Amino acid sequence: MTLLVQYTLIFASVLMLVALGGCFAEHSGVINLGLEGIMVIGALGGALMMRYAPATLPPLVLVLLVLLAAAVMGTAYSALLGVACINFKADQTIVGTAMNMLGTAGATVLVKAINTAANPDDVSSTIQYIEPKKSFIHYIGSFEFNWFMVVAVIALIVAYVLLYKTRFGLRLMACGDHPQAADCVGINVYRMRWAGVLISGVFGGLGGICYILAGVSEWKFENGVAGFGFLALAVMIFGQWKPQRIALAALLFGLFRALSNVYIGFNFLVALNIPGTVYNMMPYIISLLVLAFTSKSSRAPKAEGIPYDKAVR
Amino acid sequence: MDIPYAIEMLHITKRFPGIVANDDITLQLRKGEIHALLGENGAGKSTLMSVLFGLYQPEEGEIRKDGQVVSIKDPNDANALGIGMVHQHFKLVECFTVLDNIIMGVEPQKFGFLQKKEAREKVLALSERYGLHVDPDALVEDITVGMQQRTEILKMLYRDNDILIFDEPTAVLTPQEIDELMEIMRNLAAEGKSILFISHKLAEIMAVADRCTVLRKGKCIGTVNTAETTPEQLSAMMVGRNVNFHVSKGEAHPGEVVLSVENMSVQSRVHRNDAVKNVSLQVRRGEIVCIAGIDGNGQTEFVYGLTGLEPLSGGSISLCGKDITHASIRYRNTHGMSHIPEDRHKHGLVLDYTLEDNLVLQRYFEPEFTNGAGFLKRRNIRAYAERLIEQYDVRSGQGSVTTARSMSGGNQQKAIIAREIDKDPELLVAVQPTRGLDVGAIEYIHKQLVAQRDAGRAVLLVSLELDEVMDVPDRILVMYEGEIVGELDPRTTTQEELGLYMAGAKRDEVKA
Amino acid sequence: MRKLLSRSAVQSLIASLLCVLMGLFLGYVVLLFINPAGAWGAISAVMKNFLNYSRTNLQLKNLGNTLVKTAPLLMCALSVLFAYKAGLFNIGAAGQYVVGVCACLYAALNWGWSWLPCLLFAMLAGALWGSVPGLLLAYCNVNVVISGIMLNWIGLYGTNLLLASVKETTSPYTFHLSTNAPQAILPTAGLEKFFAGNTRVTIAIPLAILTAVIIALVLDKTRFGYELKATGNNKNAAKYCGMAEKRNIILTLFISGALAGAGAALLYLTDFEQWACTASSVPGMGFNGIAATFLGGLNPYGTILASYFVQHITSGGAFVDKTLYCSQISDLISSLIIYLCGFVLFIKTSITAGLRRSEEKERQRLAAAGKGGEEK
Repeated sequence: MTLLVQYTLIFASVLMLVALGGCFAEHSGVINLGLEGIMVIGALGGALMMRYAPATLPPLVLVLLVLLAAAVMGTAYSALLGVACINFKADQTIVGTAMNMLGTAGATVLVKAINTAANPDDVSSTIQYIEPKKSFIHYIGSFEFNWFMVVAVIALIVAYVLLYKTRFGLRLMACGDHPQAADCVGINVYRMRWAGVLISGVFGGLGGICYILAGVSEWKFENGVAGFGFLALAVMIFGQWKPQRIALAALLFGLFRALSNVYIGFNFLVALNIPGTVYNMMPYIISLLVLAFTSKSSRAPKAEGIPYDKAVR
Repeated sequence: MDIPYAIEMLHITKRFPGIVANDDITLQLRKGEIHALLGENGAGKSTLMSVLFGLYQPEEGEIRKDGQVVSIKDPNDANALGIGMVHQHFKLVECFTVLDNIIMGVEPQKFGFLQKKEAREKVLALSERYGLHVDPDALVEDITVGMQQRTEILKMLYRDNDILIFDEPTAVLTPQEIDELMEIMRNLAAEGKSILFISHKLAEIMAVADRCTVLRKGKCIGTVNTAETTPEQLSAMMVGRNVNFHVSKGEAHPGEVVLSVENMSVQSRVHRNDAVKNVSLQVRRGEIVCIAGIDGNGQTEFVYGLTGLEPLSGGSISLCGKDITHASIRYRNTHGMSHIPEDRHKHGLVLDYTLEDNLVLQRYFEPEFTNGAGFLKRRNIRAYAERLIEQYDVRSGQGSVTTARSMSGGNQQKAIIAREIDKDPELLVAVQPTRGLDVGAIEYIHKQLVAQRDAGRAVLLVSLELDEVMDVPDRILVMYEGEIVGELDPRTTTQEELGLYMAGAKRDEVKA
Repeated sequence: MRKLLSRSAVQSLIASLLCVLMGLFLGYVVLLFINPAGAWGAISAVMKNFLNYSRTNLQLKNLGNTLVKTAPLLMCALSVLFAYKAGLFNIGAAGQYVVGVCACLYAALNWGWSWLPCLLFAMLAGALWGSVPGLLLAYCNVNVVISGIMLNWIGLYGTNLLLASVKETTSPYTFHLSTNAPQAILPTAGLEKFFAGNTRVTIAIPLAILTAVIIALVLDKTRFGYELKATGNNKNAAKYCGMAEKRNIILTLFISGALAGAGAALLYLTDFEQWACTASSVPGMGFNGIAATFLGGLNPYGTILASYFVQHITSGGAFVDKTLYCSQISDLISSLIIYLCGFVLFIKTSITAGLRRSEEKERQRLAAAGKGGEEK
């Protein structure tokens, strides 16, 4: 049971972080379908930091450095979306898709090159982080507390305050809903959209490193992040683009994802004799069902996905 | 000159690819006056105002404020100079509150955090002072159009603007709301604000403006004192010739009922309630019936329900005696109903298709254009398109293979009208068929509608333009908040009476 | 020259070539960054693909292998293209491909069906899988991209589960068709003779090209194509003139899914590859299809060339020096190319704007010359 709670919380943290990222991009008017790729690159940044950081660092410093690396890499990578979709008015779906493929391919190429350079016989795309991972974890009884749970809660509070209590949030949401209105009162729509995309990069990158640290002590970058970027988008839609509801939606999805890791621990589930693969499918099936019931009356930002062109009024 | 100028726009020229939108235009706005800018659609009014507001940069000319040359590169500069604008299509974020919309861009803040309390006080004080009543905490999507306009005005006042631009502010208002707006404008001018009022409605200009500058085809025709001119003179300046405002048409000879609507209700898309409530009406062969009303009183939803774009939540429709309440759009289109849609870009045309493909949009499936195997008969399509282009005088760059997107608005509309009329309908539903067109095209379309009536068809016109409502139809039905509240005879009624119905101040029990 | 440049097809071609060149260049830069010494060698190895062999025999054989994998790629690209014309982004092609694999292998190995029913069964499976996002969009307004991705993963796990019953006991791979179900292998119709006896070269390749031609005809010449493109260009107008919007959405994705499903059968029924029941990610075929679609300028014939190109560099990835780089650099390059395809619209409008500017200049010069003439 503890294990279920623990996994639910950690997967919910991942989904919440990434969904909040998507939420910022969409409130600024850009659909970020490249979250999956941003997660991979963020994860890569964090994993490389863990690999190369000196073992003598105090745990807290290491945690902060890893978070920083993931956030920076995610942000830098999200700039690809910004350039294409904000400045060049590219199709947001194509660019997002390309970023997802590029994220996995690029990370794989890089990690393999690093591994091969270190040891000519090693052609894997795996990075190990058994030791550094310990810095992220504290045991409270048998419960494995992970710093990312705190990060996610902080992110939630920050997102809420930023969106609803600050000048920045007001302006950001105006750009996603009625960019012409924002432009007319002197708000630079391009700049706000850039801000939205870059923030989604920060959150996406953090979500990525959180994901690969969730269950295991090494990560094979060829595998990407298994559709988690898209699950997060489903969480965001289910949460109706509002941080507090996204948090609840993330917990629900996190629970179903956690089941696939820990169903063996529940006698009644094992007794059902359902193959493990079915549990793997669960989060995706649930998200389809949830979307089917919530998409009809969605309150998406009105101008999302439409490139803003100053010349067309 | 004893009265100083607040703003002077001197010899402004603005070109767009292939067109000179403003050609050496000079406009001088005195302090504390209401100055009208008159011109047809496409005369260059909006471009000129966009230049003043910093949305466009002119190629030539200069702008002076209080005698000093200024440069306005973006709306921020305009704002800093005290220039504010109420746009024709309101620039309000619908999911925000009134207050958020007012403060957006000049938010009071501490360390980036919003300080709404003082803002609210200032807004309340302003609305008190100028008689602009709004609820600062209401969401914009929930308030009336009139209130949205007041929000826009408050937005300018909140920024302490003293030069106020109103871009076609009366288009969406009832006659009574228009009177209120005029009063507000006079108040503002009396308080020392200088007002630029863009319009193509002569009566309003005569009523409220001190002076009037007239534009035609991008050129400045002249500036006159309204006290020393007449509507006829202004109109001649605007169009370059005396136009016959009255649509010439003979007596109507209504025949049997073609369309009969009983107790129709249609649910609103945005709210849970019905946008159309219990509407009943009939249209006969050989008459033009017009549904008049202020924008957003359920006309759009009524048409959607009638043409099948939205399902009904109650009631029934019959066309030529056949019940079509649950019929598909295709069935209606092929069984006597033609529909000239409100928004030609949204519904009327596939903009990336060629003109010929657009002309067969309602008939491509007929045996004349598609063979049994499902292949299109391209040659027949071309021949048919060429006949319509000839007959209805649709002009385009490359004839039938021109993409619809590259055609002018008037010719796009002509193409739609050709397509819908050539179907030989029993009932022609025309929704704002003259929106955004110039006088020549409007005349053409009105003639076509009358010709259809005289050919024995039933015509249902939906219009927001008072002139059109008074001149074209044989019967007027007024719609207010989703209900038909009055039936008027255009020959005996007055604009004032019409206005009372449109504003919901007067209503009859109508069973049309 | 100007007239030529203003033609849409020419602009698409220029844009695609620019994307390819830029993609290769950026890929080269990435390689330089990783290991400057071998970068040029790696890029040319990727570009040479089968020409890395010196013997004609081996070259032909490997050209055959590239073509064998081009057929399914082309089918996936056509699947994406067909849906895109109706305004639908079928990112689920990858999942429809996977269920196609599942259907054809299961039918071949478990039920002993011959190749034609297996192919049709794969098409049906893909079509049904494809119509799910169609139904969800038509009736529940669910974004097809998100539902497509979800179905990709469900399809992947489902396939792993079902095909586990027909796999080798010692490896995760499914049985070879050549040993367990030779009746299900696609006929070669003598094509192997042109490729140095490479029997993997089957009728799959002409079938895929034929499909491209049929798709082009359907889109251009038929009433269904007219409706489909109208829906893609302006959904509201399509509804206004009475086209059955929901039916068209579902039908389009049904056909689109069938194409992807058939693509799977065209590869797996050659016994060129076996399915690994431990697969932890969706095969790249569906995603590479997106690259080929956009690189082909959204034109079925252009897609044939683009599919070959994408597969050419993907196969070429196998020839890079493994001590320096890995074969995924070709994935890297093709994803860079897709990214750049996002800029196609910008490239095209730039060409048009450039043309207009030069025309304007010309006109001004003529006008000035005319004036000069008058003054004289």
